Amino acid sequence: MQDILVTKNIHRSFGALEVLKGVSLSLQKGETKVIIGPSGTGKSTFLRCINQLTPPDKGEVWLEGIEVTNPKTDIYKIRQQIGMVFQHFNLFNHLSALNNVSVGLHRVKKLEKNEAKRMGLEALDRVGIRDKADSYPAELSGGQQQRVGIARALAMNPKVVLFDEPTSALDPELIGEVLEVMIKVAEEGMTILAVTHEMGFARSCAEEIIFMEKGRILEQGDPEKFFTEPEQERTKEFLHKITELYGNSKEGG
Amino acid sequence: MNLGLLAREGPSLAQGALVVIKIAAGHLTLGLIGGITLAIMQVYGGRFASSISDIIQKIFRSIPVLVLLIMAYFGLTRLVEMPAIIVAIIALGVRSMAYQSQVFRGGFKAVDPGQMESALSIGMTKLESIRFIILPQVLRKVIGPWSNIFNMEVKDISLAYAIGVLEILKRGRYIIRYTHGNSLLIYLSVALFYFLLARAGNTILYRLEALLRVPGFEGRGDS
Repeated sequence: MQDILVTKNIHRSFGALEVLKGVSLSLQKGETKVIIGPSGTGKSTFLRCINQLTPPDKGEVWLEGIEVTNPKTDIYKIRQQIGMVFQHFNLFNHLSALNNVSVGLHRVKKLEKNEAKRMGLEALDRVGIRDKADSYPAELSGGQQQRVGIARALAMNPKVVLFDEPTSALDPELIGEVLEVMIKVAEEGMTILAVTHEMGFARSCAEEIIFMEKGRILEQGDPEKFFTEPEQERTKEFLHKITELYGNSKEGG
Repeated sequence: MNLGLLAREGPSLAQGALVVIKIAAGHLTLGLIGGITLAIMQVYGGRFASSISDIIQKIFRSIPVLVLLIMAYFGLTRLVEMPAIIVAIIALGVRSMAYQSQVFRGGFKAVDPGQMESALSIGMTKLESIRFIILPQVLRKVIGPWSNIFNMEVKDISLAYAIGVLEILKRGRYIIRYTHGNSLLIYLSVALFYFLLARAGNTILYRLEALLRVPGFEGRGDS
Protein backbone atom coordinates (compact mmCIF):
# COMPACT_ATOMS: atom_id res chain seq x y z
CA MET A 1 0.00 0.00 0.00
CA GLN A 2 1.09 3.52 -0.68
CA ASP A 3 2.24 5.79 2.09
CA ILE A 4 -0.07 8.78 2.40
CA LEU A 5 2.07 10.78 4.83
CA VAL A 6 5.84 10.58 5.07
CA THR A 7 8.24 12.63 7.15
CA LYS A 8 11.96 12.34 6.63
CA ASN A 9 14.53 13.43 9.15
CA ILE A 10 12.58 16.41 10.58
CA HIS A 11 14.71 18.85 12.54
CA ARG A 12 13.56 21.93 14.38
CA SER A 13 15.23 24.24 16.87
CA PHE A 14 13.93 27.12 18.92
CA GLY A 15 16.93 29.34 19.49
CA ALA A 16 19.69 27.18 20.88
CA LEU A 17 17.26 24.45 21.89
CA GLU A 18 17.04 21.62 19.40
CA VAL A 19 13.54 20.24 19.88
CA LEU A 20 13.43 17.77 17.00
CA LYS A 21 16.57 15.87 16.07
CA GLY A 22 15.54 13.96 13.00
CA VAL A 23 12.10 12.37 13.11
CA SER A 24 11.07 10.07 10.28
CA LEU A 25 7.86 8.13 9.99
CA SER A 26 5.22 7.16 7.49
CA LEU A 27 1.50 6.44 7.51
CA GLN A 28 -0.44 4.36 5.06
CA LYS A 29 -3.97 5.20 4.07
CA GLY A 30 -6.39 4.33 6.86
CA GLU A 31 -3.67 3.78 9.43
CA THR A 32 -3.71 5.17 12.95
CA LYS A 33 -0.45 5.83 14.71
CA VAL A 34 -0.10 7.14 18.22
CA ILE A 35 2.86 9.13 19.50
CA ILE A 36 3.58 9.02 23.20
CA GLY A 37 6.43 10.41 25.25
CA PRO A 38 7.31 12.75 28.09
CA SER A 39 6.37 16.42 27.83
CA GLY A 40 8.87 18.72 26.21
CA THR A 41 9.92 15.97 23.85
CA GLY A 42 8.76 17.70 20.69
CA LYS A 43 5.64 15.66 19.99
CA SER A 44 3.44 18.69 19.38
CA THR A 45 6.18 20.49 17.51
CA PHE A 46 6.49 17.45 15.28
CA LEU A 47 2.77 17.53 14.43
CA ARG A 48 3.02 21.26 13.74
CA CYS A 49 5.98 20.63 11.44
CA ILE A 50 3.79 18.35 9.34
CA ASN A 51 1.30 21.08 8.41
CA GLN A 52 3.98 23.77 8.59
CA LEU A 53 2.40 25.75 11.40
CA THR A 54 5.97 25.41 12.68
CA PRO A 55 8.10 24.94 9.59
CA PRO A 56 10.95 22.45 10.13
CA ASP A 57 14.53 23.68 9.80
CA LYS A 58 15.55 20.55 7.93
CA GLY A 59 13.86 17.46 6.59
CA GLU A 60 10.97 16.69 4.30
CA VAL A 61 7.24 16.14 4.64
CA TRP A 62 5.36 14.38 1.85
CA LEU A 63 1.60 14.11 1.48
CA GLU A 64 0.44 11.68 -1.19
CA GLY A 65 3.48 12.24 -3.35
CA ILE A 66 3.55 16.02 -2.93
CA GLU A 67 6.44 17.55 -1.05
CA VAL A 68 4.83 19.74 1.59
CA THR A 69 8.16 21.25 2.61
CA ASN A 70 8.95 22.41 -0.91
CA PRO A 71 8.65 26.21 -0.87
CA LYS A 72 6.89 26.05 -4.26
CA THR A 73 4.07 23.93 -2.85
CA ASP A 74 0.86 25.83 -2.10
CA ILE A 75 0.82 25.28 1.64
CA TYR A 76 -2.75 26.60 1.98
CA LYS A 77 -4.00 23.90 -0.39
CA ILE A 78 -2.04 21.29 1.57
CA ARG A 79 -3.38 22.41 4.94
CA GLN A 80 -6.95 21.87 3.71
CA GLN A 81 -5.97 18.21 3.33
CA ILE A 82 -4.38 17.90 6.77
CA GLY A 83 -6.91 18.22 9.55
CA MET A 84 -5.71 19.32 12.94
CA VAL A 85 -7.36 18.92 16.33
CA PHE A 86 -5.87 21.04 19.09
CA GLN A 87 -5.32 20.45 22.76
CA HIS A 88 -7.22 23.60 23.66
CA PHE A 89 -9.84 23.11 20.91
CA ASN A 90 -9.23 26.58 19.43
CA LEU A 91 -12.79 26.90 18.24
CA PHE A 92 -13.58 30.22 16.59
CA ASN A 93 -15.11 31.98 19.57
CA HIS A 94 -17.41 34.33 17.67
CA LEU A 95 -18.99 31.59 15.57
CA SER A 96 -21.67 29.03 16.38
CA ALA A 97 -20.74 25.36 16.35
CA LEU A 98 -22.17 25.03 12.86
CA ASN A 99 -20.32 28.07 11.53
CA ASN A 100 -17.10 26.82 13.10
CA VAL A 101 -17.41 23.81 10.87
CA SER A 102 -18.81 25.49 7.76
CA VAL A 103 -16.57 28.57 7.66
CA GLY A 104 -13.74 26.60 6.08
CA LEU A 105 -16.05 25.04 3.52
CA HIS A 106 -17.47 28.43 2.62
CA ARG A 107 -14.42 30.67 2.82
CA VAL A 108 -11.65 28.25 1.90
CA LYS A 109 -13.32 25.64 -0.29
CA LYS A 110 -15.60 28.38 -1.67
CA LEU A 111 -18.77 26.32 -1.42
CA GLU A 112 -22.12 28.05 -1.49
CA LYS A 113 -23.21 29.09 1.96
CA ASN A 114 -26.15 26.69 2.05
CA GLU A 115 -24.08 23.80 0.80
CA ALA A 116 -21.42 24.59 3.39
CA LYS A 117 -24.05 24.60 6.14
CA ARG A 118 -25.52 21.32 4.94
CA MET A 119 -22.10 19.67 4.99
CA GLY A 120 -21.34 21.33 8.31
CA LEU A 121 -24.45 19.76 9.83
CA GLU A 122 -23.40 16.40 8.44
CA ALA A 123 -20.01 16.75 10.10
CA LEU A 124 -21.64 17.72 13.40
CA ASP A 125 -23.81 14.66 13.01
CA ARG A 126 -20.74 12.45 12.66
CA VAL A 127 -19.49 13.60 16.05
CA GLY A 128 -22.96 13.38 17.56
CA ILE A 129 -23.45 17.03 18.30
CA ARG A 130 -25.88 18.21 15.65
CA ASP A 131 -28.31 19.42 18.32
CA LYS A 132 -25.74 22.00 19.44
CA ALA A 133 -25.33 23.50 15.97
CA ASP A 134 -26.48 26.94 17.07
CA SER A 135 -24.55 27.04 20.33
CA TYR A 136 -21.47 29.18 20.71
CA PRO A 137 -18.19 27.77 22.07
CA ALA A 138 -18.72 29.59 25.37
CA GLU A 139 -21.95 27.63 25.80
CA LEU A 140 -20.38 24.22 25.20
CA SER A 141 -18.55 21.91 27.58
CA GLY A 142 -14.93 21.06 26.84
CA GLY A 143 -15.90 17.68 25.47
CA GLN A 144 -18.51 19.20 23.19
CA GLN A 145 -16.06 21.84 22.02
CA GLN A 146 -13.51 19.22 21.15
CA ARG A 147 -16.08 17.23 19.21
CA VAL A 148 -16.86 20.38 17.22
CA GLY A 149 -13.09 20.73 16.73
CA ILE A 150 -13.00 17.22 15.29
CA ALA A 151 -16.01 17.95 13.08
CA ARG A 152 -14.27 21.09 11.82
CA ALA A 153 -11.27 19.03 10.80
CA LEU A 154 -13.36 16.24 9.23
CA ALA A 155 -15.59 18.61 7.28
CA MET A 156 -12.68 19.65 5.08
CA ASN A 157 -12.44 16.01 3.98
CA PRO A 158 -8.75 15.72 4.83
CA LYS A 159 -6.36 12.96 3.82
CA VAL A 160 -5.01 12.74 7.35
CA VAL A 161 -6.00 14.17 10.72
CA LEU A 162 -3.45 15.20 13.33
CA PHE A 163 -4.62 15.04 16.94
CA ASP A 164 -2.51 17.10 19.34
CA GLU A 165 -3.30 15.82 22.85
CA PRO A 166 -7.02 16.17 22.18
CA THR A 167 -8.14 15.06 25.63
CA SER A 168 -5.46 16.41 27.94
CA ALA A 169 -7.26 19.70 28.61
CA LEU A 170 -10.53 17.94 29.47
CA ASP A 171 -12.10 17.04 32.76
CA PRO A 172 -11.84 13.28 33.27
CA GLU A 173 -15.59 12.93 32.88
CA LEU A 174 -15.54 14.50 29.43
CA ILE A 175 -12.70 12.45 27.97
CA GLY A 176 -14.91 9.48 27.13
CA GLU A 177 -17.15 11.23 24.63
CA VAL A 178 -14.14 12.57 22.72
CA LEU A 179 -12.37 9.20 22.68
CA GLU A 180 -15.54 7.58 21.41
CA VAL A 181 -15.59 9.97 18.48
CA MET A 182 -11.89 9.43 17.79
CA ILE A 183 -12.35 5.68 17.76
CA LYS A 184 -15.31 6.01 15.41
CA VAL A 185 -13.32 8.23 13.07
CA ALA A 186 -10.44 5.76 13.09
CA GLU A 187 -12.79 2.85 12.40
CA GLU A 188 -14.34 4.71 9.49
CA GLY A 189 -10.94 4.53 7.86
CA MET A 190 -9.51 7.99 8.46
CA THR A 191 -5.73 8.19 8.53
CA ILE A 192 -4.76 9.44 11.96
CA LEU A 193 -1.58 10.58 13.66
CA ALA A 194 -2.34 11.27 17.30
CA VAL A 195 -0.28 12.54 20.18
CA THR A 196 -2.11 11.17 23.18
CA HIS A 197 -1.58 9.26 26.36
CA GLU A 198 -4.98 7.60 26.20
CA MET A 199 -3.71 4.06 26.12
CA GLY A 200 -7.19 2.69 25.59
CA PHE A 201 -7.39 4.54 22.31
CA ALA A 202 -3.87 3.50 21.40
CA ARG A 203 -4.59 -0.14 22.09
CA SER A 204 -7.90 -0.32 20.29
CA CYS A 205 -7.07 1.79 17.25
CA ALA A 206 -3.35 2.16 16.68
CA GLU A 207 -1.44 0.08 14.20
CA GLU A 208 1.72 1.42 15.72
CA ILE A 209 2.85 3.17 18.89
CA ILE A 210 5.74 5.59 18.60
CA PHE A 211 7.69 6.50 21.69
CA MET A 212 9.45 9.84 21.39
CA GLU A 213 11.95 11.27 23.77
CA LYS A 214 14.24 14.31 23.52
CA GLY A 215 13.38 14.98 19.91
CA ARG A 216 13.92 11.47 18.63
CA ILE A 217 11.89 8.32 18.11
CA LEU A 218 13.21 5.91 20.71
CA GLU A 219 11.06 2.93 19.93
CA GLN A 220 8.10 2.02 17.77
CA GLY A 221 6.04 -1.05 17.24
CA ASP A 222 2.58 -2.56 17.18
CA PRO A 223 0.66 -2.02 20.43
CA GLU A 224 0.62 -5.64 21.50
CA LYS A 225 4.38 -5.97 21.45
CA PHE A 226 4.94 -2.41 22.56
CA PHE A 227 2.95 -2.73 25.74
CA THR A 228 3.92 -6.26 26.67
CA GLU A 229 7.61 -6.43 25.81
CA PRO A 230 9.10 -3.02 25.03
CA GLU A 231 12.74 -3.21 24.03
CA GLN A 232 14.09 -0.10 25.67
CA GLU A 233 14.46 0.27 29.40
CA ARG A 234 13.32 3.90 29.08
CA THR A 235 10.10 2.84 27.34
CA LYS A 236 9.30 0.43 30.14
CA GLU A 237 9.85 3.11 32.71
CA PHE A 238 7.61 5.55 30.85
CA LEU A 239 4.86 3.00 30.26
CA HIS A 240 4.94 2.20 33.92
CA LYS A 241 4.48 5.86 34.81
CA ILE A 242 1.55 6.49 32.50
CA THR A 243 -0.11 3.25 33.59
CA GLU A 244 -0.05 4.66 37.12
CA LEU A 245 -1.55 7.90 35.85
CA TYR A 246 -4.05 6.78 33.26
CA GLY A 247 -4.82 3.27 34.41
CA ASN A 248 -4.06 -0.02 32.76
CA SER A 249 -4.13 0.06 28.98
CA LYS A 250 -6.21 -3.12 28.87
CA GLU A 251 -9.14 -1.55 30.65
CA GLY A 252 -9.55 1.64 28.67
CA GLY A 253 -11.32 2.17 25.40
CA MET B 1 -33.81 84.21 25.17
CA ASN B 2 -34.12 85.39 21.63
CA LEU B 3 -35.93 82.52 19.98
CA GLY B 4 -36.62 84.54 16.82
CA LEU B 5 -32.90 84.82 16.31
CA LEU B 6 -32.50 81.08 16.64
CA ALA B 7 -35.26 80.51 14.11
CA ARG B 8 -33.62 82.92 11.68
CA GLU B 9 -30.06 81.72 12.12
CA GLY B 10 -30.90 78.08 12.75
CA PRO B 11 -30.35 76.96 9.17
CA SER B 12 -26.89 78.49 9.18
CA LEU B 13 -26.00 76.69 12.39
CA ALA B 14 -27.49 73.50 10.99
CA GLN B 15 -25.21 73.75 7.98
CA GLY B 16 -22.27 74.09 10.33
CA ALA B 17 -23.54 71.07 12.22
CA LEU B 18 -23.69 69.12 8.98
CA VAL B 19 -20.08 70.03 8.29
CA VAL B 20 -19.13 68.66 11.71
CA ILE B 21 -20.96 65.42 10.97
CA LYS B 22 -19.23 65.14 7.59
CA ILE B 23 -15.83 65.68 9.15
CA ALA B 24 -16.62 63.16 11.89
CA ALA B 25 -17.70 60.52 9.38
CA GLY B 26 -14.71 61.22 7.16
CA HIS B 27 -11.96 61.37 9.72
CA LEU B 28 -13.22 58.48 11.84
CA THR B 29 -13.50 56.26 8.75
CA LEU B 30 -10.01 57.26 7.66
CA GLY B 31 -8.79 56.60 11.18
CA LEU B 32 -10.58 53.25 11.29
CA ILE B 33 -9.12 51.93 8.07
CA GLY B 34 -5.67 53.37 8.79
CA GLY B 35 -5.77 52.28 12.42
CA ILE B 36 -6.69 48.68 11.63
CA THR B 37 -4.01 48.58 8.95
CA LEU B 38 -1.34 49.95 11.30
CA ALA B 39 -2.40 47.51 14.02
CA ILE B 40 -2.22 44.53 11.66
CA MET B 41 1.22 45.68 10.52
CA GLN B 42 2.34 46.00 14.10
CA VAL B 43 0.96 42.71 15.39
CA TYR B 44 1.26 40.40 12.40
CA GLY B 45 3.80 42.14 10.18
CA GLY B 46 7.49 41.41 10.12
CA ARG B 47 10.02 43.52 11.90
CA PHE B 48 10.07 46.07 9.07
CA ALA B 49 6.29 46.53 8.85
CA SER B 50 5.91 46.74 12.59
CA SER B 51 8.59 49.41 13.00
CA ILE B 52 7.08 51.49 10.20
CA SER B 53 3.72 51.23 11.93
CA ASP B 54 5.27 52.12 15.25
CA ILE B 55 7.01 55.21 13.90
CA ILE B 56 3.82 56.47 12.23
CA GLN B 57 1.65 56.08 15.31
CA LYS B 58 4.28 57.71 17.53
CA ILE B 59 4.60 60.74 15.27
CA PHE B 60 0.89 61.42 15.00
CA ARG B 61 0.16 60.77 18.64
CA SER B 62 2.83 63.21 19.74
CA ILE B 63 1.93 66.30 17.73
CA PRO B 64 -0.88 68.51 19.04
CA VAL B 65 -3.89 68.21 16.78
CA LEU B 66 -4.07 71.97 16.29
CA VAL B 67 -0.49 71.94 15.02
CA LEU B 68 -1.39 69.04 12.72
CA LEU B 69 -4.35 70.99 11.36
CA ILE B 70 -2.31 74.11 10.67
CA MET B 71 0.59 72.14 9.21
CA ALA B 72 -1.76 70.23 6.95
CA TYR B 73 -3.46 73.43 5.89
CA PHE B 74 -0.25 75.13 4.84
CA GLY B 75 1.51 71.98 3.68
CA LEU B 76 -1.12 70.02 1.80
CA THR B 77 -2.80 72.93 0.04
CA ARG B 78 0.58 73.92 -1.34
CA LEU B 79 0.83 70.51 -3.02
CA VAL B 80 -2.77 70.10 -4.19
CA GLU B 81 -5.69 72.43 -4.27
CA MET B 82 -8.28 71.19 -1.77
CA PRO B 83 -11.05 72.63 0.37
CA ALA B 84 -10.37 73.22 4.06
CA ILE B 85 -12.86 70.54 5.08
CA ILE B 86 -10.77 67.90 3.31
CA VAL B 87 -7.66 69.21 5.02
CA ALA B 88 -9.46 68.88 8.35
CA ILE B 89 -10.55 65.32 7.58
CA ILE B 90 -6.99 64.35 6.67
CA ALA B 91 -5.34 66.04 9.66
CA LEU B 92 -7.87 64.73 12.18
CA GLY B 93 -7.86 61.41 10.34
CA VAL B 94 -4.15 60.72 10.72
CA ARG B 95 -4.31 61.59 14.39
CA SER B 96 -7.30 59.30 14.76
CA MET B 97 -5.48 56.57 12.84
CA ALA B 98 -2.60 56.75 15.30
CA TYR B 99 -4.85 56.45 18.35
CA GLN B 100 -7.12 53.85 16.81
CA SER B 101 -4.11 51.74 15.89
CA GLN B 102 -3.34 51.42 19.58
CA VAL B 103 -6.89 50.43 20.43
CA PHE B 104 -6.87 47.79 17.70
CA ARG B 105 -3.39 46.61 18.59
CA GLY B 106 -4.68 45.82 22.08
CA GLY B 107 -7.68 44.09 20.53
CA PHE B 108 -5.54 41.90 18.24
CA LYS B 109 -3.23 41.03 21.12
CA ALA B 110 -6.21 40.01 23.23
CA VAL B 111 -7.22 37.30 20.75
CA ASP B 112 -5.72 33.94 21.63
CA PRO B 113 -2.97 32.93 19.16
CA GLY B 114 -4.73 29.57 18.88
CA GLN B 115 -7.45 31.27 16.84
CA MET B 116 -4.98 32.13 14.09
CA GLU B 117 -3.46 28.65 14.24
CA SER B 118 -6.73 26.86 13.80
CA ALA B 119 -7.70 29.22 10.98
CA LEU B 120 -4.39 28.47 9.23
CA SER B 121 -4.87 24.76 9.88
CA ILE B 122 -8.04 24.63 7.78
CA GLY B 123 -6.22 26.29 4.91
CA MET B 124 -6.93 29.98 5.36
CA THR B 125 -4.19 32.42 4.43
CA LYS B 126 -2.98 34.82 7.08
CA LEU B 127 -5.10 37.62 5.60
CA GLU B 128 -8.20 35.42 5.39
CA SER B 129 -7.64 34.37 9.00
CA ILE B 130 -7.48 38.01 10.06
CA ARG B 131 -10.51 38.96 8.02
CA PHE B 132 -12.85 36.10 8.85
CA ILE B 133 -11.67 34.94 12.27
CA ILE B 134 -9.57 37.52 14.11
CA LEU B 135 -11.04 40.88 13.10
CA PRO B 136 -14.67 39.96 13.91
CA GLN B 137 -13.55 39.12 17.43
CA VAL B 138 -11.40 42.25 17.73
CA LEU B 139 -14.28 44.49 16.64
CA ARG B 140 -16.46 43.08 19.38
CA LYS B 141 -13.76 43.62 21.96
CA VAL B 142 -12.83 47.20 21.04
CA ILE B 143 -16.17 48.95 20.78
CA GLY B 144 -15.79 50.13 24.38
CA PRO B 145 -12.36 51.75 24.04
CA TRP B 146 -13.28 52.92 20.55
CA SER B 147 -16.23 54.90 21.89
CA ASN B 148 -13.75 56.74 24.08
CA ILE B 149 -11.79 57.82 21.01
CA PHE B 150 -15.02 58.82 19.35
CA ASN B 151 -15.91 61.09 22.27
CA MET B 152 -12.56 62.84 22.35
CA GLU B 153 -12.18 63.28 18.65
CA VAL B 154 -15.66 64.43 17.80
CA LYS B 155 -15.18 67.38 20.13
CA ASP B 156 -11.83 68.21 18.55
CA ILE B 157 -13.59 68.86 15.27
CA SER B 158 -14.31 72.33 16.62
CA LEU B 159 -10.58 73.01 16.17
CA ALA B 160 -11.08 72.93 12.42
CA TYR B 161 -12.38 76.44 13.01
CA ALA B 162 -8.71 77.50 13.13
CA ILE B 163 -8.15 76.70 9.45
CA GLY B 164 -11.33 78.38 8.31
CA VAL B 165 -13.66 75.40 8.01
CA LEU B 166 -17.23 76.67 8.20
CA GLU B 167 -18.23 74.31 10.97
CA ILE B 168 -20.79 75.15 13.62
CA LEU B 169 -18.49 77.17 15.89
CA LYS B 170 -17.24 79.37 13.08
CA ARG B 171 -20.79 79.98 11.88
CA GLY B 172 -21.79 80.81 15.44
CA ARG B 173 -19.03 83.39 15.63
CA TYR B 174 -20.27 85.01 12.41
CA ILE B 175 -23.80 85.20 13.74
CA ILE B 176 -22.59 86.78 16.97
CA ARG B 177 -20.56 89.30 15.01
CA TYR B 178 -23.28 90.49 12.68
CA THR B 179 -26.11 90.41 15.21
CA HIS B 180 -23.92 92.25 17.70
CA GLY B 181 -24.47 89.95 20.62
CA ASN B 182 -26.38 86.83 21.60
CA SER B 183 -23.10 85.15 22.30
CA LEU B 184 -24.41 83.10 25.22
CA LEU B 185 -27.36 81.76 23.24
CA ILE B 186 -25.24 80.88 20.23
CA TYR B 187 -22.44 79.22 22.20
CA LEU B 188 -24.99 77.28 24.21
CA SER B 189 -26.50 76.02 20.96
CA VAL B 190 -23.08 74.97 19.71
CA ALA B 191 -22.35 73.22 23.00
CA LEU B 192 -25.72 71.51 22.94
CA PHE B 193 -25.09 70.25 19.42
CA TYR B 194 -21.75 68.73 20.36
CA PHE B 195 -23.29 67.19 23.46
CA LEU B 196 -26.11 65.61 21.44
CA LEU B 197 -23.71 64.40 18.78
CA ALA B 198 -21.48 62.70 21.34
CA ARG B 199 -24.45 61.09 23.08
CA ALA B 200 -26.02 59.93 19.83
CA GLY B 201 -22.73 58.39 18.76
CA ASN B 202 -22.40 56.57 22.04
CA THR B 203 -25.94 55.28 21.85
CA ILE B 204 -25.32 53.94 18.38
CA LEU B 205 -22.10 52.27 19.53
CA TYR B 206 -23.88 50.63 22.46
CA ARG B 207 -26.58 49.39 20.11
CA LEU B 208 -23.94 48.03 17.78
CA GLU B 209 -22.24 46.26 20.63
CA ALA B 210 -25.51 44.70 21.69
CA LEU B 211 -26.25 43.70 18.12
CA LEU B 212 -22.91 41.92 17.76
CA ARG B 213 -23.06 40.33 21.15
CA VAL B 214 -22.66 36.55 21.19
CA PRO B 215 -22.05 34.30 24.17
CA GLY B 216 -18.42 34.71 25.19
CA PHE B 217 -18.34 38.32 23.96
CA GLU B 218 -20.43 40.11 26.53
CA GLY B 219 -20.39 43.87 26.22
CA ARG B 220 -20.11 46.63 28.79
CA GLY B 221 -23.67 46.14 29.88
CA ASP B 222 -26.51 48.54 29.35
CA SER B 223 -26.48 52.16 30.30
